[in-house]
Amino acid sequence: MYDVYTIRKDFPLLNKPVNGRPFVYLDTSASAQKPQQVLDKMMFVYQTIYANPHRGSYTISEQMTTEYELARQTVQKFINAKHAREIIFTRNATEAINLTAASWGGQNLKKGDEVLISQAEHHANLVPWQHICAVTGAKLVVFPVTNNGEFREDEFLKYLSDKTKIVAVTAMSNVLGTMFPLKKITTAAHNAGAKVLVDACQFAVHHHIDVQDIDCDFLAFSAHKTYGPSGVGALYGKAEILQNMPPYQFGGDMVDNVTYEKTTFADIPARFEAGTPASVQAIGMAEGLKYMMNLGLNNIEAHEQELVAYTTQKLQEVPDLKIVGTAKEKGGVFCFAIRDIHPQDLAFVLNKENIAIRTGHHCAQPIVNRMGYTSLARASLGLYTTREDVDALFNALIKAEKFFREN
Amino acid sequence: MTVDELVDNFSFLDGWEEKYQYVIDLGHKLEPLDEKFKTDEWKVNGCQSQVWLVPKIKDGVFHFYGDSDAILVKGIIAIILLIYNNKSADEIKKIDVTKIFVKLGLEENLTPSRRNGMLSMVEKIRQYAAAAR
Repeated sequence: MYDVYTIRKDFPLLNKPVNGRPFVYLDTSASAQKPQQVLDKMMFVYQTIYANPHRGSYTISEQMTTEYELARQTVQKFINAKHAREIIFTRNATEAINLTAASWGGQNLKKGDEVLISQAEHHANLVPWQHICAVTGAKLVVFPVTNNGEFREDEFLKYLSDKTKIVAVTAMSNVLGTMFPLKKITTAAHNAGAKVLVDACQFAVHHHIDVQDIDCDFLAFSAHKTYGPSGVGALYGKAEILQNMPPYQFGGDMVDNVTYEKTTFADIPARFEAGTPASVQAIGMAEGLKYMMNLGLNNIEAHEQELVAYTTQKLQEVPDLKIVGTAKEKGGVFCFAIRDIHPQDLAFVLNKENIAIRTGHHCAQPIVNRMGYTSLARASLGLYTTREDVDALFNALIKAEKFFREN
Repeated sequence: MTVDELVDNFSFLDGWEEKYQYVIDLGHKLEPLDEKFKTDEWKVNGCQSQVWLVPKIKDGVFHFYGDSDAILVKGIIAIILLIYNNKSADEIKKIDVTKIFVKLGLEENLTPSRRNGMLSMVEKIRQYAAAAR
Protein backbone atom coordinates (compact mmCIF):
# COMPACT_ATOMS: atom_id res chain seq x y z
CA MET A 1 0.00 0.00 0.00
CA TYR A 2 1.19 3.54 -0.67
CA ASP A 3 0.78 6.49 1.64
CA VAL A 4 -1.88 8.67 0.05
CA TYR A 5 -0.74 11.81 1.89
CA THR A 6 2.78 11.38 0.51
CA ILE A 7 1.76 10.79 -3.09
CA ARG A 8 -0.68 13.73 -3.00
CA LYS A 9 2.40 15.95 -2.93
CA ASP A 10 3.04 14.84 -6.53
CA PHE A 11 -0.14 16.63 -7.68
CA PRO A 12 0.42 20.38 -7.73
CA LEU A 13 -3.21 21.30 -8.28
CA LEU A 14 -4.47 19.32 -5.30
CA ASN A 15 -2.18 21.31 -3.05
CA LYS A 16 -3.26 24.68 -4.33
CA PRO A 17 -6.02 26.46 -2.44
CA VAL A 18 -9.01 27.55 -4.51
CA ASN A 19 -10.78 30.75 -3.39
CA GLY A 20 -8.17 30.86 -0.62
CA ARG A 21 -9.30 27.60 0.97
CA PRO A 22 -8.37 23.90 0.71
CA PHE A 23 -9.80 22.29 -2.37
CA VAL A 24 -11.53 18.92 -2.49
CA TYR A 25 -11.49 17.31 -5.92
CA LEU A 26 -14.09 14.59 -6.38
CA ASP A 27 -14.44 14.65 -10.15
CA THR A 28 -11.70 12.27 -11.26
CA SER A 29 -14.23 10.30 -13.32
CA ALA A 30 -14.55 13.34 -15.56
CA SER A 31 -10.81 13.96 -15.67
CA ALA A 32 -7.92 13.17 -13.34
CA GLN A 33 -5.37 15.62 -11.95
CA LYS A 34 -1.78 15.24 -13.18
CA PRO A 35 1.33 14.37 -11.22
CA GLN A 36 4.43 16.53 -11.54
CA GLN A 37 6.22 13.61 -13.25
CA VAL A 38 3.88 13.86 -16.25
CA LEU A 39 4.23 17.64 -16.42
CA ASP A 40 8.03 17.43 -16.14
CA LYS A 41 8.29 14.80 -18.85
CA MET A 42 6.23 16.83 -21.30
CA MET A 43 8.18 19.99 -20.52
CA PHE A 44 11.43 18.06 -21.00
CA VAL A 45 10.30 16.85 -24.42
CA TYR A 46 9.30 20.35 -25.54
CA GLN A 47 12.53 21.86 -24.25
CA THR A 48 15.04 19.30 -25.47
CA ILE A 49 13.94 16.89 -28.22
CA TYR A 50 10.76 18.28 -29.71
CA ALA A 51 10.36 17.60 -33.45
CA ASN A 52 7.85 15.73 -35.57
CA PRO A 53 8.30 11.98 -35.05
CA HIS A 54 8.64 9.58 -38.01
CA ARG A 55 9.61 12.37 -40.40
CA GLY A 56 12.99 14.02 -39.87
CA SER A 57 16.36 12.48 -40.50
CA TYR A 58 18.13 14.43 -37.80
CA THR A 59 19.03 13.63 -34.20
CA ILE A 60 16.14 15.11 -32.25
CA SER A 61 13.49 13.86 -34.66
CA GLU A 62 14.92 10.39 -34.24
CA GLN A 63 14.92 10.85 -30.45
CA MET A 64 11.33 12.00 -30.65
CA THR A 65 10.41 8.94 -32.72
CA THR A 66 12.10 6.73 -30.12
CA GLU A 67 10.20 8.38 -27.26
CA TYR A 68 6.90 8.14 -29.14
CA GLU A 69 7.39 4.44 -29.86
CA LEU A 70 8.54 3.84 -26.26
CA ALA A 71 5.26 5.42 -25.19
CA ARG A 72 3.44 2.87 -27.32
CA GLN A 73 5.38 0.10 -25.55
CA THR A 74 4.40 1.53 -22.16
CA VAL A 75 0.72 1.44 -23.14
CA GLN A 76 1.29 -2.12 -24.36
CA LYS A 77 2.76 -3.04 -20.99
CA PHE A 78 -0.02 -1.25 -19.07
CA ILE A 79 -2.73 -3.38 -20.66
CA ASN A 80 -0.50 -6.42 -21.30
CA ALA A 81 -1.00 -6.48 -25.06
CA LYS A 82 0.96 -9.07 -27.01
CA HIS A 83 2.44 -6.58 -29.50
CA ALA A 84 3.18 -2.86 -29.46
CA ARG A 85 1.67 -2.56 -32.95
CA GLU A 86 -1.69 -3.45 -31.41
CA ILE A 87 -1.73 0.00 -29.76
CA ILE A 88 -3.08 2.89 -31.79
CA PHE A 89 -2.84 6.41 -30.42
CA THR A 90 -6.07 8.35 -30.85
CA ARG A 91 -7.39 11.70 -29.66
CA ASN A 92 -9.32 10.05 -26.83
CA ALA A 93 -11.43 6.97 -26.11
CA THR A 94 -14.30 8.47 -28.08
CA GLU A 95 -12.16 8.53 -31.20
CA ALA A 96 -10.93 4.99 -30.48
CA ILE A 97 -14.52 3.72 -30.46
CA ASN A 98 -15.48 5.79 -33.49
CA LEU A 99 -12.51 4.31 -35.34
CA THR A 100 -13.62 0.78 -34.51
CA ALA A 101 -17.27 1.42 -35.34
CA ALA A 102 -16.46 3.14 -38.65
CA SER A 103 -13.63 0.88 -39.82
CA TRP A 104 -14.44 -2.56 -38.40
CA GLY A 105 -18.19 -1.92 -38.28
CA GLY A 106 -18.29 -0.42 -41.75
CA GLN A 107 -16.50 -3.45 -43.14
CA ASN A 108 -18.24 -6.20 -41.17
CA LEU A 109 -21.79 -5.11 -40.37
CA LYS A 110 -24.71 -5.64 -42.68
CA LYS A 111 -28.51 -5.84 -42.56
CA GLY A 112 -29.66 -8.53 -40.16
CA ASP A 113 -26.56 -8.22 -37.94
CA GLU A 114 -26.75 -6.97 -34.40
CA VAL A 115 -24.52 -4.81 -32.21
CA LEU A 116 -25.07 -5.53 -28.52
CA ILE A 117 -24.42 -2.89 -25.85
CA SER A 118 -25.46 -2.52 -22.21
CA GLN A 119 -27.99 0.00 -20.88
CA ALA A 120 -25.20 1.66 -18.95
CA GLU A 121 -23.03 2.85 -21.85
CA HIS A 122 -21.56 6.33 -22.09
CA HIS A 123 -22.66 8.21 -25.21
CA ALA A 124 -19.18 7.45 -26.62
CA ASN A 125 -19.94 3.73 -26.66
CA LEU A 126 -23.50 4.18 -27.87
CA VAL A 127 -23.78 6.91 -30.49
CA PRO A 128 -20.96 5.62 -32.79
CA TRP A 129 -22.71 2.22 -32.87
CA GLN A 130 -26.11 3.80 -33.40
CA HIS A 131 -24.63 5.67 -36.34
CA ILE A 132 -22.86 2.72 -37.99
CA CYS A 133 -26.01 0.63 -37.54
CA ALA A 134 -28.00 3.30 -39.37
CA VAL A 135 -25.39 3.32 -42.16
CA THR A 136 -25.08 -0.47 -42.56
CA GLY A 137 -28.64 -1.54 -41.72
CA ALA A 138 -27.53 -3.50 -38.66
CA LYS A 139 -29.56 -3.34 -35.47
CA LEU A 140 -28.45 -1.87 -32.14
CA VAL A 141 -29.60 -4.10 -29.29
CA VAL A 142 -29.43 -3.07 -25.64
CA PHE A 143 -29.28 -5.50 -22.72
CA PRO A 144 -30.65 -4.25 -19.39
CA VAL A 145 -29.09 -3.82 -15.96
CA THR A 146 -31.10 -4.31 -12.75
CA ASN A 147 -32.70 -1.50 -10.76
CA ASN A 148 -29.63 -1.23 -8.57
CA GLY A 149 -27.38 -1.18 -11.62
CA GLU A 150 -26.22 -4.77 -11.45
CA PHE A 151 -25.14 -6.90 -14.43
CA ARG A 152 -27.30 -10.00 -14.85
CA GLU A 153 -25.72 -12.79 -16.85
CA ASP A 154 -29.06 -14.36 -17.81
CA GLU A 155 -30.30 -11.02 -19.18
CA PHE A 156 -27.11 -10.58 -21.18
CA LEU A 157 -27.33 -14.10 -22.64
CA LYS A 158 -30.96 -13.50 -23.60
CA TYR A 159 -29.87 -10.77 -25.99
CA LEU A 160 -26.72 -12.46 -27.28
CA SER A 161 -27.30 -14.56 -30.40
CA ASP A 162 -25.64 -15.71 -33.60
CA LYS A 163 -26.83 -12.41 -35.10
CA THR A 164 -24.62 -10.51 -32.67
CA LYS A 165 -21.46 -9.39 -34.47
CA ILE A 166 -19.94 -7.30 -31.71
CA VAL A 167 -20.58 -6.68 -28.03
CA ALA A 168 -19.52 -3.19 -26.92
CA VAL A 169 -19.52 -2.86 -23.18
CA THR A 170 -18.09 -0.66 -20.48
CA ALA A 171 -15.68 -2.16 -17.95
CA MET A 172 -17.05 0.26 -15.33
CA SER A 173 -20.10 2.47 -15.70
CA ASN A 174 -19.40 6.20 -15.31
CA VAL A 175 -22.85 6.63 -13.72
CA LEU A 176 -23.47 3.47 -11.69
CA GLY A 177 -19.90 2.47 -10.91
CA THR A 178 -20.87 -1.10 -11.82
CA MET A 179 -17.95 -3.24 -12.97
CA PHE A 180 -18.94 -5.67 -15.66
CA PRO A 181 -17.53 -9.25 -15.67
CA LEU A 182 -15.43 -8.87 -18.79
CA LYS A 183 -14.09 -12.42 -19.07
CA LYS A 184 -17.55 -13.89 -18.74
CA ILE A 185 -18.91 -11.51 -21.37
CA THR A 186 -16.02 -12.15 -23.75
CA THR A 187 -16.22 -15.92 -23.47
CA ALA A 188 -19.97 -15.94 -24.13
CA ALA A 189 -19.62 -13.45 -26.99
CA HIS A 190 -16.84 -15.42 -28.66
CA ASN A 191 -18.86 -18.61 -28.35
CA ALA A 192 -21.65 -16.80 -30.20
CA GLY A 193 -19.18 -15.72 -32.87
CA ALA A 194 -19.13 -12.05 -31.83
CA LYS A 195 -16.23 -9.69 -31.24
CA VAL A 196 -15.91 -7.65 -28.04
CA LEU A 197 -14.99 -4.02 -27.51
CA VAL A 198 -14.33 -2.85 -23.95
CA ASP A 199 -14.70 0.80 -22.96
CA ALA A 200 -12.13 0.90 -20.16
CA CYS A 201 -12.14 4.67 -19.48
CA GLN A 202 -13.39 4.46 -15.89
CA PHE A 203 -11.92 1.07 -15.10
CA ALA A 204 -8.41 2.17 -16.08
CA VAL A 205 -8.45 4.89 -13.41
CA HIS A 206 -8.07 2.28 -10.67
CA HIS A 207 -7.54 -1.16 -12.12
CA HIS A 208 -5.08 -3.50 -13.70
CA ILE A 209 -6.07 -4.39 -17.26
CA ASP A 210 -4.88 -7.52 -19.01
CA VAL A 211 -6.26 -7.69 -22.55
CA GLN A 212 -4.82 -11.16 -23.12
CA ASP A 213 -6.53 -12.48 -20.02
CA ILE A 214 -9.84 -10.74 -20.84
CA ASP A 215 -9.34 -11.84 -24.45
CA CYS A 216 -11.30 -8.80 -25.72
CA ASP A 217 -10.81 -7.86 -29.38
CA PHE A 218 -10.75 -4.11 -28.82
CA LEU A 219 -10.25 -1.91 -25.80
CA ALA A 220 -10.39 1.87 -25.54
CA PHE A 221 -9.24 4.29 -22.87
CA SER A 222 -8.07 7.87 -22.58
CA ALA A 223 -4.98 9.44 -21.02
CA HIS A 224 -6.70 12.31 -19.26
CA LYS A 225 -8.43 9.91 -16.85
CA THR A 226 -5.26 7.90 -16.18
CA TYR A 227 -3.41 10.91 -14.76
CA GLY A 228 -1.99 11.91 -18.15
CA PRO A 229 -2.62 14.86 -20.45
CA SER A 230 -5.76 15.63 -22.43
CA GLY A 231 -5.81 15.17 -26.19
CA VAL A 232 -4.67 11.57 -26.44
CA GLY A 233 -6.09 8.11 -25.88
CA ALA A 234 -5.47 4.59 -27.07
CA LEU A 235 -7.21 1.87 -28.98
CA TYR A 236 -6.06 -1.68 -28.49
CA GLY A 237 -7.02 -4.16 -31.18
CA LYS A 238 -5.85 -7.71 -31.77
CA ALA A 239 -3.21 -7.57 -34.51
CA GLU A 240 -4.94 -10.08 -36.78
CA ILE A 241 -8.15 -8.00 -36.66
CA LEU A 242 -6.54 -4.56 -37.06
CA GLN A 243 -4.49 -5.84 -40.02
CA ASN A 244 -7.65 -6.56 -41.96
CA MET A 245 -9.39 -3.29 -41.19
CA PRO A 246 -9.50 -0.39 -43.67
CA PRO A 247 -8.08 3.02 -42.68
CA TYR A 248 -10.34 5.38 -40.72
CA GLN A 249 -8.74 8.67 -41.72
CA PHE A 250 -6.40 9.46 -44.58
CA GLY A 251 -3.30 11.62 -44.91
CA GLY A 252 0.34 11.69 -43.97
CA ASP A 253 2.25 8.88 -42.24
CA MET A 254 -0.47 6.27 -42.83
CA VAL A 255 0.58 5.49 -46.40
CA ASP A 256 2.98 3.15 -48.08
CA ASN A 257 3.10 4.43 -51.65
CA VAL A 258 1.17 7.34 -53.12
CA THR A 259 0.58 8.31 -56.74
CA TYR A 260 -2.11 10.59 -58.14
CA GLU A 261 -4.00 7.49 -59.18
CA LYS A 262 -3.67 5.17 -56.22
CA THR A 263 -2.40 4.84 -52.65
CA THR A 264 -1.33 1.78 -50.73
CA PHE A 265 -1.53 1.98 -46.98
CA ALA A 266 1.02 1.41 -44.26
CA ASP A 267 0.91 -1.54 -41.92
CA ILE A 268 -0.56 -1.17 -38.40
CA PRO A 269 -0.35 0.88 -36.25
CA ALA A 270 0.68 3.66 -38.68
CA ARG A 271 -2.32 2.91 -40.94
CA PHE A 272 -4.59 4.26 -38.22
CA GLU A 273 -2.51 7.27 -37.23
CA ALA A 274 -3.03 9.71 -40.07
CA GLY A 275 -1.32 13.08 -39.75
CA THR A 276 1.01 14.44 -37.10
CA PRO A 277 0.15 12.64 -33.88
CA ALA A 278 -0.31 14.21 -30.45
CA SER A 279 3.22 13.03 -29.81
CA VAL A 280 4.07 14.95 -26.64
CA GLN A 281 0.71 13.97 -25.18
CA ALA A 282 1.33 10.31 -26.03
CA ILE A 283 4.67 10.53 -24.21
CA GLY A 284 2.89 12.22 -21.30
CA MET A 285 0.26 9.49 -21.35
CA ALA A 286 2.98 6.86 -20.98
CA GLU A 287 4.42 8.80 -18.06
CA GLY A 288 1.02 8.81 -16.31
CA LEU A 289 0.73 5.06 -16.82
CA LYS A 290 4.28 4.57 -15.49
CA TYR A 291 3.30 6.61 -12.44
CA MET A 292 0.38 4.23 -11.85
CA MET A 293 2.51 1.14 -12.43
CA ASN A 294 5.11 2.46 -9.99
CA LEU A 295 2.44 2.83 -7.30
CA GLY A 296 1.21 -0.63 -8.25
CA LEU A 297 -2.19 -1.20 -9.82
CA ASN A 298 -3.08 -3.63 -7.04
CA ASN A 299 -2.35 -0.93 -4.47
CA ILE A 300 -4.41 1.63 -6.38
CA GLU A 301 -7.29 -0.82 -6.54
CA ALA A 302 -7.03 -1.65 -2.83
CA HIS A 303 -7.02 2.06 -1.99
CA GLU A 304 -10.09 2.59 -4.17
CA GLN A 305 -12.01 -0.34 -2.73
CA GLU A 306 -11.33 0.76 0.83
CA LEU A 307 -12.59 4.26 -0.01
CA VAL A 308 -15.63 2.91 -1.90
CA ALA A 309 -16.72 1.17 1.30
CA TYR A 310 -16.06 4.30 3.38
CA THR A 311 -17.84 6.62 0.92
CA THR A 312 -20.86 4.30 0.73
CA GLN A 313 -21.10 4.29 4.50
CA LYS A 314 -20.79 8.09 4.81
CA LEU A 315 -23.27 8.85 2.02
CA GLN A 316 -25.82 6.54 3.63
CA GLU A 317 -25.63 8.71 6.76
CA VAL A 318 -26.86 11.80 4.87
CA PRO A 319 -30.61 12.22 5.43
CA ASP A 320 -32.74 11.26 2.39
CA LEU A 321 -29.70 10.59 0.20
CA LYS A 322 -30.12 7.85 -2.37
CA ILE A 323 -27.10 6.32 -4.10
CA VAL A 324 -27.96 5.45 -7.69
CA GLY A 325 -26.07 2.29 -8.59
CA THR A 326 -25.31 -0.08 -5.73
CA ALA A 327 -23.96 -3.13 -7.52
CA LYS A 328 -21.83 -5.49 -5.45
CA GLU A 329 -18.96 -5.04 -7.89
CA LYS A 330 -18.72 -1.24 -7.73
CA GLY A 331 -15.87 1.16 -8.39
CA GLY A 332 -15.25 4.70 -7.15
CA VAL A 333 -18.16 6.44 -8.86
CA PHE A 334 -21.11 7.68 -6.80
CA CYS A 335 -24.17 9.18 -8.41
CA PHE A 336 -26.71 10.33 -5.88
CA ALA A 337 -29.83 12.37 -5.27
CA ILE A 338 -31.26 13.99 -2.15
CA ARG A 339 -35.05 14.13 -2.32
CA ASP A 340 -36.00 16.32 -5.29
CA ILE A 341 -33.24 18.84 -4.71
CA HIS A 342 -31.90 19.73 -8.14
CA PRO A 343 -28.32 18.45 -8.54
CA GLN A 344 -27.31 21.88 -9.78
CA ASP A 345 -28.56 23.41 -6.52
CA LEU A 346 -26.61 20.78 -4.58
CA ALA A 347 -23.47 21.42 -6.56
CA PHE A 348 -23.83 25.14 -5.93
CA VAL A 349 -23.66 24.66 -2.16
CA LEU A 350 -20.84 22.11 -2.52
CA ASN A 351 -18.89 24.60 -4.63
CA LYS A 352 -19.32 27.20 -1.89
CA GLU A 353 -17.66 24.63 0.37
CA ASN A 354 -14.87 24.22 -2.24
CA ILE A 355 -15.89 20.70 -3.21
CA ALA A 356 -15.77 19.80 -6.89
CA ILE A 357 -18.37 17.30 -8.09
CA ARG A 358 -20.13 16.86 -11.40
CA THR A 359 -23.83 17.23 -12.12
CA GLY A 360 -26.01 16.52 -15.14
CA HIS A 361 -26.53 13.47 -17.32
CA HIS A 362 -22.83 12.55 -17.41
CA CYS A 363 -22.86 11.96 -21.17
CA ALA A 364 -24.94 8.86 -20.48
CA GLN A 365 -28.47 10.22 -20.72
CA PRO A 366 -30.24 6.88 -21.36
CA ILE A 367 -28.98 5.20 -18.19
CA VAL A 368 -29.68 8.27 -16.03
CA ASN A 369 -33.25 8.22 -17.39
CA ARG A 370 -33.42 4.45 -16.97
CA MET A 371 -32.67 4.88 -13.26
CA GLY A 372 -35.50 7.41 -13.02
CA TYR A 373 -33.68 10.75 -13.21
CA THR A 374 -32.90 13.50 -15.70
CA SER A 375 -29.90 14.78 -13.80
CA LEU A 376 -27.71 13.44 -10.99
CA ALA A 377 -24.91 14.65 -8.76
CA ARG A 378 -21.73 12.57 -8.97
CA ALA A 379 -18.71 12.30 -6.70
CA SER A 380 -15.84 10.16 -7.94
CA LEU A 381 -12.57 8.94 -6.47
CA GLY A 382 -8.99 8.88 -7.69
CA LEU A 383 -5.77 7.31 -6.46
CA TYR A 384 -5.11 10.52 -4.49
CA THR A 385 -8.51 10.77 -2.79
CA THR A 386 -8.42 10.67 1.01
CA ARG A 387 -10.91 9.86 3.75
CA GLU A 388 -10.73 13.57 4.62
CA ASP A 389 -11.99 14.39 1.12
CA VAL A 390 -14.94 12.08 1.72
CA ASP A 391 -15.53 13.63 5.15
CA ALA A 392 -15.55 17.10 3.60
CA LEU A 393 -18.13 15.91 1.07
CA PHE A 394 -20.21 14.42 3.86
CA ASN A 395 -20.14 17.63 5.93
CA ALA A 396 -21.04 19.75 2.91
CA LEU A 397 -23.92 17.43 2.00
CA ILE A 398 -25.27 17.64 5.56
CA LYS A 399 -25.12 21.43 5.26
CA ALA A 400 -26.75 21.41 1.83
CA GLU A 401 -29.52 19.03 2.90
CA LYS A 402 -30.32 21.28 5.85
CA PHE A 403 -30.09 24.44 3.75
CA PHE A 404 -32.63 23.19 1.22
CA ARG A 405 -34.87 21.62 3.86
CA GLU A 406 -35.18 24.95 5.65
CA ASN A 407 -35.54 27.17 2.59
CA MET B 1 -40.12 46.26 -4.86
CA THR B 2 -37.74 48.44 -6.85
CA VAL B 3 -34.21 47.49 -7.83
CA ASP B 4 -32.85 50.06 -5.36
CA GLU B 5 -34.87 48.49 -2.55
CA LEU B 6 -33.58 45.07 -3.55
CA VAL B 7 -29.97 46.29 -3.51
CA ASP B 8 -30.66 47.80 -0.12
CA ASN B 9 -32.09 44.53 1.22
CA PHE B 10 -29.09 42.57 -0.02
CA SER B 11 -26.66 44.98 1.63
CA PHE B 12 -27.84 43.75 5.06
CA LEU B 13 -27.12 40.11 4.28
CA ASP B 14 -23.89 38.41 5.27
CA GLY B 15 -22.19 35.41 3.66
CA TRP B 16 -23.48 33.20 0.89
CA GLU B 17 -25.96 31.36 3.13
CA GLU B 18 -27.98 34.45 4.05
CA LYS B 19 -27.75 35.87 0.53
CA TYR B 20 -28.98 32.72 -1.12
CA GLN B 21 -31.65 32.09 1.51
CA TYR B 22 -33.06 35.41 0.39
CA VAL B 23 -32.61 34.43 -3.29
CA ILE B 24 -34.60 31.23 -2.69
CA ASP B 25 -37.24 33.26 -0.85
CA LEU B 26 -37.60 35.57 -3.85
CA GLY B 27 -37.99 32.45 -6.00
CA HIS B 28 -40.81 31.21 -3.80
CA LYS B 29 -42.61 34.53 -4.32
CA LEU B 30 -42.10 34.48 -8.10
CA GLU B 31 -45.30 34.98 -10.05
CA PRO B 32 -46.18 31.44 -11.22
CA LEU B 33 -45.72 30.41 -14.83
CA ASP B 34 -48.68 28.53 -16.25
CA GLU B 35 -47.77 24.82 -16.64
CA LYS B 36 -48.84 24.90 -20.29
CA PHE B 37 -45.82 27.06 -21.10
CA LYS B 38 -43.35 24.52 -19.70
CA THR B 39 -42.55 23.15 -23.13
CA ASP B 40 -39.50 23.11 -25.39
CA GLU B 41 -40.88 26.13 -27.21
CA TRP B 42 -40.35 28.38 -24.17
CA LYS B 43 -37.21 26.73 -22.88
CA VAL B 44 -34.02 28.75 -22.56
CA ASN B 45 -31.13 26.73 -23.98
CA GLY B 46 -27.74 26.27 -22.41
CA CYS B 47 -28.88 25.55 -18.87
CA GLN B 48 -28.13 22.49 -16.73
CA SER B 49 -31.54 22.88 -15.14
CA GLN B 50 -34.73 23.52 -17.05
CA VAL B 51 -35.47 27.21 -17.50
CA TRP B 52 -38.53 28.73 -19.19
CA LEU B 53 -39.16 32.31 -20.21
CA VAL B 54 -42.41 33.69 -21.64
CA PRO B 55 -42.79 37.35 -22.70
CA LYS B 56 -46.00 39.36 -22.70
CA ILE B 57 -46.18 42.79 -24.23
CA LYS B 58 -48.96 45.32 -23.66
CA ASP B 59 -48.91 48.92 -24.87
CA GLY B 60 -45.20 48.62 -25.58
CA VAL B 61 -44.42 47.47 -22.04
CA PHE B 62 -42.89 44.05 -21.36
CA HIS B 63 -43.92 41.58 -18.72
CA PHE B 64 -41.97 38.35 -18.47
CA TYR B 65 -42.90 35.09 -16.77
CA GLY B 66 -40.27 32.52 -15.90
CA ASP B 67 -39.57 29.38 -13.93
CA SER B 68 -36.95 26.69 -13.28
CA ASP B 69 -36.81 23.27 -11.64
CA ALA B 70 -33.72 24.35 -9.68
CA ILE B 71 -34.67 26.58 -6.76
CA LEU B 72 -31.56 28.75 -6.72
CA VAL B 73 -31.99 29.40 -10.42
CA LYS B 74 -35.65 30.22 -9.82
CA GLY B 75 -34.58 32.84 -7.28
CA ILE B 76 -32.15 34.40 -9.76
CA ILE B 77 -34.93 34.42 -12.36
CA ALA B 78 -37.11 36.34 -9.88
CA ILE B 79 -34.37 38.98 -9.59
CA ILE B 80 -33.88 39.22 -13.35
CA LEU B 81 -37.60 39.63 -13.90
CA LEU B 82 -37.79 42.28 -11.18
CA ILE B 83 -35.12 44.17 -13.10
CA TYR B 84 -36.71 43.81 -16.55
CA ASN B 85 -40.45 43.74 -15.93
CA ASN B 86 -42.74 46.65 -16.78
CA LYS B 87 -40.14 48.27 -19.00
CA SER B 88 -40.26 49.39 -22.61
CA ALA B 89 -37.93 47.99 -25.25
CA ASP B 90 -35.81 51.15 -25.03
CA GLU B 91 -35.56 50.92 -21.25
CA ILE B 92 -34.61 47.23 -21.46
CA LYS B 93 -31.83 48.03 -23.89
CA LYS B 94 -30.32 50.57 -21.48
CA ILE B 95 -30.28 48.31 -18.42
CA ASP B 96 -26.80 47.26 -17.25
CA VAL B 97 -27.78 44.02 -15.55
CA THR B 98 -24.21 43.02 -14.65
CA LYS B 99 -23.77 46.27 -12.74
CA ILE B 100 -26.90 45.54 -10.70
CA PHE B 101 -25.75 41.97 -9.99
CA VAL B 102 -22.38 43.30 -8.82
CA LYS B 103 -24.23 45.60 -6.41
CA LEU B 104 -26.26 42.64 -5.18
CA GLY B 105 -23.09 40.57 -4.76
CA LEU B 106 -24.54 37.93 -7.08
CA GLU B 107 -22.38 38.56 -10.15
CA GLU B 108 -21.11 34.96 -10.16
CA ASN B 109 -24.50 34.00 -11.58
CA LEU B 110 -23.96 35.98 -14.76
CA THR B 111 -20.52 34.76 -15.80
CA PRO B 112 -20.45 32.93 -19.15
CA SER B 113 -18.71 29.92 -17.60
CA ARG B 114 -21.53 29.28 -15.11
CA ARG B 115 -23.82 26.85 -16.81
CA ASN B 116 -26.96 27.99 -15.03
CA GLY B 117 -28.20 29.70 -18.19
CA MET B 118 -28.92 33.07 -16.61
CA LEU B 119 -26.84 34.87 -19.19
CA SER B 120 -28.78 33.09 -21.95
CA MET B 121 -31.96 34.24 -20.27
CA VAL B 122 -30.85 37.88 -20.22
CA GLU B 123 -29.82 37.51 -23.87
CA LYS B 124 -33.29 36.21 -24.69
CA ILE B 125 -34.99 39.14 -22.92
CA ARG B 126 -32.82 41.55 -24.91
CA GLN B 127 -33.72 39.74 -28.14
CA TYR B 128 -37.44 40.00 -27.42
CA ALA B 129 -37.01 43.70 -26.70
CA ALA B 130 -34.89 44.29 -29.81
CA ALA B 131 -37.46 42.52 -32.00
CA ALA B 132 -40.22 44.80 -30.68
CA ARG B 133 -38.44 48.07 -31.42
